[in-house]
Amino acid sequence: MTDDRLTGSECWPIRSRLFIGRITDRADARSFYRAGLMLAASLLCSCSGPQSALDPAGPEAEDVAILFFTMVVGGALIWCSVVGILFYASRKKHAYDAGQASRIILWCGVVFPTIVLGALLSYAVWLMPNIRPGFGEANARLRTIDVAGEQFWWRVRYQNAEGSAAFETANEVRVPVGERVLFKLTSPDVIHSFWIPVLGGKMDVIPGRENHLTLMAEKPGTYRGVCAEFCGPSHAFMAFTVVAMEPGAFEDWTKARASFDGARDAEGLALFLKHGCSACHAISGTEARGTIGPDLSGFGERGSVGVGALVNTQEDIARFIRNPSEIKPGARMPHFSMLPETDIQRIAAYLKGLQ
Amino acid sequence: MKSVIPREVETLWTLFTAPVVWAVHFLVCYVGFAVYCAKALSLHLSFDAVRIGLGVFTLLALAMIVLSAYLAWRQWGYGTGDPPHDAPTRQDRKHFQGFATLLLSGLSFIAVLYMAIPMIFIAECQR
Repeated sequence: MTDDRLTGSECWPIRSRLFIGRITDRADARSFYRAGLMLAASLLCSCSGPQSALDPAGPEAEDVAILFFTMVVGGALIWCSVVGILFYASRKKHAYDAGQASRIILWCGVVFPTIVLGALLSYAVWLMPNIRPGFGEANARLRTIDVAGEQFWWRVRYQNAEGSAAFETANEVRVPVGERVLFKLTSPDVIHSFWIPVLGGKMDVIPGRENHLTLMAEKPGTYRGVCAEFCGPSHAFMAFTVVAMEPGAFEDWTKARASFDGARDAEGLALFLKHGCSACHAISGTEARGTIGPDLSGFGERGSVGVGALVNTQEDIARFIRNPSEIKPGARMPHFSMLPETDIQRIAAYLKGLQ
Repeated sequence: MKSVIPREVETLWTLFTAPVVWAVHFLVCYVGFAVYCAKALSLHLSFDAVRIGLGVFTLLALAMIVLSAYLAWRQWGYGTGDPPHDAPTRQDRKHFQGFATLLLSGLSFIAVLYMAIPMIFIAECQR
């Protein structure tokens, strides 16, 4: 499965002229309004998408979006009132005396902002427990996914009903729709932050700690998660695909992944093992059991190569094998450009076929 | 009979009283919850007990700020003169300080209230 939303763009930036100075004639005015409309359209368009907190697919993200719009509308109303009063005051013929001015300052400058800020603060902190639900005892019964933030990829380990590791994957999180899932977040190296904007708020991933985050997807779909804490040269590529699946399809997928057989293409696997890839990478059902790099079982169905850097095509996989740090600066995988081109292409085809 | 309220003393410390109460309240709330969350298992205290305790402390802090505001109001001459009190006289200096203290007390009162709002809604320790 290739997800072009990870690397493509649904919403092209609009190149418009900047209007500086006075609008002198009607043609200029028309262009000005057209540019304004295009800007508004591009702003509205940017509200949607697989990584937009304003296009929620879960209850926590919905609360965040409502909070955002409440603050925007509240801020816009206050700004309009202030500018309106400013215009009114500048047009008034007679001046205010000192007593009237003091009263205006007291009511409009002290009492009104104090009440408005107090109300907005109360609303925001009242929402917080809803945005971070499920701490404590309730978590013990939730489906658990262990996520480790590595430099610069995500190790994702699914637990079975007994609480032991069922299988591992990387840079892709699959969750069943309508079920709350507990993410246990750890890091072996530096601080990262795990964030799926369409499902909820972010949570820091801190070395030496296990942070918990619960999320629930309400709409099936493919979304995008990111690392939201600068963690090194390839921080910006540390994105991952989130697939919210219907519960039946999710169960089928977990069963298929738990019994995944990566040995179907014997020739490709032989080259993979011969060139030492298995020292760092694991593939279920084969001798490859490395744990330094991402587990590559089911790699062919992932949304991207090099985490969020390239679309998952055979050519891009080959490109990544030749020189990973050209695509993902700071990646720990060495370059393999010394391998014969036919071997690189064969390994790329093997990896693409792991579905 | 001796008055409960202190005699009028002209010192800069009266100016600082309310912000100091605000700072102490801020620290006690943050440190109080942090210590509780770190030691909750051995303290045998419920979260609501800490919440109520800090709520009572908030009321005490607000009372101290109101007292500071009253003293400042008295120093300002109960608002008999209008600001800016910028004449080079002892009386104006006293009124200016009283007025500034009153405004600072108002700011500190609001700040303590805002600090207390999250304590009403905070749900539990995150581990």
